Amino acid sequence: MLTLSEVKSISGYVGNFNVKVVKKARLVDEKECTACGDCTRECPVVKPDEFDMGLSSRKAIYLPFPQAVPSAYVINREECLGSNPIICGKCIKLCKKGCIDFDMKDEEIEFKVGTIVVATGVDVYDPSEMDEYGYTRYENVITSMEFERLINAGGPTKGDIIRLTDRKVPQSIAFIQCVGSRSVDKGGTYCSNICCMNTVKDTLMLKEHYPEMDVKVFYVDIRAFGKGFEDLFKRSKGEGVRYIRGLPGQIKEDPHTRNLVLSVENTATNKLLEHEVEMVVLSLGVKPCEDIKETQEMLALQRTSDGFYLEAHPKLQPVDSATKGIFFAGCTESPKDIKDSVTQASASAARAMRLMNSGEITVEAITAEVIKDKCEFCGICVRVCPYNAITMDKDNKIPAQVTQAACSGCGTCAAECPTNAISMRHFTDSQIEGQIDSLLEEKPAEKVLVFACNWCSYAGADFAGVSRLQYPSNARLIRTMCSGRVDKKFIWRAFEKGAPVVLVSGCHFGDCHYIDANHWTKKRVDKVWKKMKKLGIRPERLQLEWISAAEGIRFSNVMKRMEELRADVTPEEIEDTRKILQESN
Amino acid sequence: MSEISSANGELRIGVYVCHCGLNIAGTIDCEAVARFAEGLADVVISRDNQYLCSEPGQQLIQDDIREHHLNRVVVASCSPRLHEPTFRRVCSESGLNPYLMEMANLREQCSWVHTNQPREATEKAKDLVKMAVSRARKLQPQEELKVPIIKSTLVIGGGVAGIQAALDLADSGYQVYLVEKKPSVGGIMAQLDKTFPTMDCSI
Repeated sequence: MLTLSEVKSISGYVGNFNVKVVKKARLVDEKECTACGDCTRECPVVKPDEFDMGLSSRKAIYLPFPQAVPSAYVINREECLGSNPIICGKCIKLCKKGCIDFDMKDEEIEFKVGTIVVATGVDVYDPSEMDEYGYTRYENVITSMEFERLINAGGPTKGDIIRLTDRKVPQSIAFIQCVGSRSVDKGGTYCSNICCMNTVKDTLMLKEHYPEMDVKVFYVDIRAFGKGFEDLFKRSKGEGVRYIRGLPGQIKEDPHTRNLVLSVENTATNKLLEHEVEMVVLSLGVKPCEDIKETQEMLALQRTSDGFYLEAHPKLQPVDSATKGIFFAGCTESPKDIKDSVTQASASAARAMRLMNSGEITVEAITAEVIKDKCEFCGICVRVCPYNAITMDKDNKIPAQVTQAACSGCGTCAAECPTNAISMRHFTDSQIEGQIDSLLEEKPAEKVLVFACNWCSYAGADFAGVSRLQYPSNARLIRTMCSGRVDKKFIWRAFEKGAPVVLVSGCHFGDCHYIDANHWTKKRVDKVWKKMKKLGIRPERLQLEWISAAEGIRFSNVMKRMEELRADVTPEEIEDTRKILQESN
Repeated sequence: MSEISSANGELRIGVYVCHCGLNIAGTIDCEAVARFAEGLADVVISRDNQYLCSEPGQQLIQDDIREHHLNRVVVASCSPRLHEPTFRRVCSESGLNPYLMEMANLREQCSWVHTNQPREATEKAKDLVKMAVSRARKLQPQEELKVPIIKSTLVIGGGVAGIQAALDLADSGYQVYLVEKKPSVGGIMAQLDKTFPTMDCSI
């Protein structure tokens, strides 16, 4: 277990990932520390306690929370005054076991793993931007996370729900649902899944602590779909909690009583009413965690428009990522409650074990092979390979060699090789050319030829299908594993055979499943555009688009635009291009 | 490279057009596509079928491979991203190298996206099958490489999901590296008091 640690880099492939982790200096020996707490006694630094949502304070040396694992104190280096005895260093003297070590350095740890489980979780929505609820202005408007800390017997108030303005138990309380959820302009557009039931739970706890308290819940829909959920909801209503359909338009504070007035249209009765309560709890939704993008780029994973990770298949592979050997657990894939998180975690553990159990995995036979007598030792393949899987000895004229276990089959080397000395197993030149030729055999002027990479663009096209998005029927896709496989000669061949337009499509930069192979796609297409210009062929007839697996809408829009471009190409222009290309050969 | 072929060197391709219930057949005239494929060079048999991924559908292809000595198979159905492993297995179980199977995507990339254009969708389906057949002609048998897998897992994130995944793996004897950014594991769940639906403590 590595706490205070962050993954810095991951390279390799399923079965053999190289991981680098930076373990930040805790400045307290976590094995020796007994969590006695002596060290905090004289620490002069007082900071808001994050665990208690800032409702209590802690020192610069602290235990994150009583049941923390590891059960060891930690020093926040940014807050600590330092070990210099002139300035501070008090904790060092107080720790009798001598666990505190200011010379502790960040450690870089490297190891290899066969599989990866991504369980990076979510962040809770910050309601500061929702000015209508006045979270930043009214102290008696709190969040559901702050409520959790208040009602917790181990929390700052030892379990008492009190108003922050007068420390009195409120006689009336209102919960507002969908804060940061199901909204087009603030927070997420999706349902955060957990907030309805969390509020139902909160109301039951309130009624248990304070049976007389007037508790209201303002909601859009109460989603109590899980096992045992409806029972809890009924129990809450039975306890006298009032559920009112409609969200407040705004909250105003009475400056004398510090009570809150909610203006709400009850959408069940269509009546505009004002409700005065002593305290308001905003039931917060969740959003993808702050650093999800870093992990996503490190692992070349994909996310949906909501920002959560995209699974390999929504029903049949719900915990697999599209990259073999990487699995999802918990809210990082979508908001979910504890039970679903645990279920998914066990599922991803089982999926990882299924891969590792036999001790070996089969690698799809789509790797590169060198045709030795064609190799002229230029070394381009060595340079473009994202995996450093190719070696060559120029001086001794030893042809390029591919390490099969390291090759992932993107095909960039084959596309870049000037002497056609590299053949991609299962994606050979002749196989792809066969597809191009048969597509353009009849009525070529009516067709839109699309090269689509397996992981993003082809998957995006599939997603457009699953979403039943309609687009012009003349699009024809040729699948390659990576857009890096699309050789210049495929594009020229298509134009020579009468293609009016050609689209090359791949993953967005940073999303490429072959690290950065799509950068070579871009460079190559740039070269083709330049040559088209030189030859007098309109470069617009070749398009390059990055379409992710989650961008079905984008795919269908690109197809519509390709059809517009196609319609602009006249038969004379196609014929001219054919002549130009035949002559230039 | 020599192309795999029957004893006398000819290519023998079987084409299978799937209805997928009405998912494909509701838009595309599958029978017409199958008839069209019959006329393509090297195609020795072409059929349409209700559900090729079902047991009887798979059996049909396997019987044909044996009976008609097929050395290439083209399945025109859903996305290869869904059922390529299925149909590769169907081939290898009947002795045909799985890399001699090719798919044409008639569902996600045709019937579902041209629902209201049955005529055009059928024409496109024919094109897609034709492209798949021409690719199939050039396919070569491949041997898959087996590489060792390291029996350890990296779990990124020590919330309830990360902890559960790490425990399941560790309890089953795998080495687990659980990496947590914060000084303690526990995540958001540790901050909660009671949890639904059981109304018990979170820690």
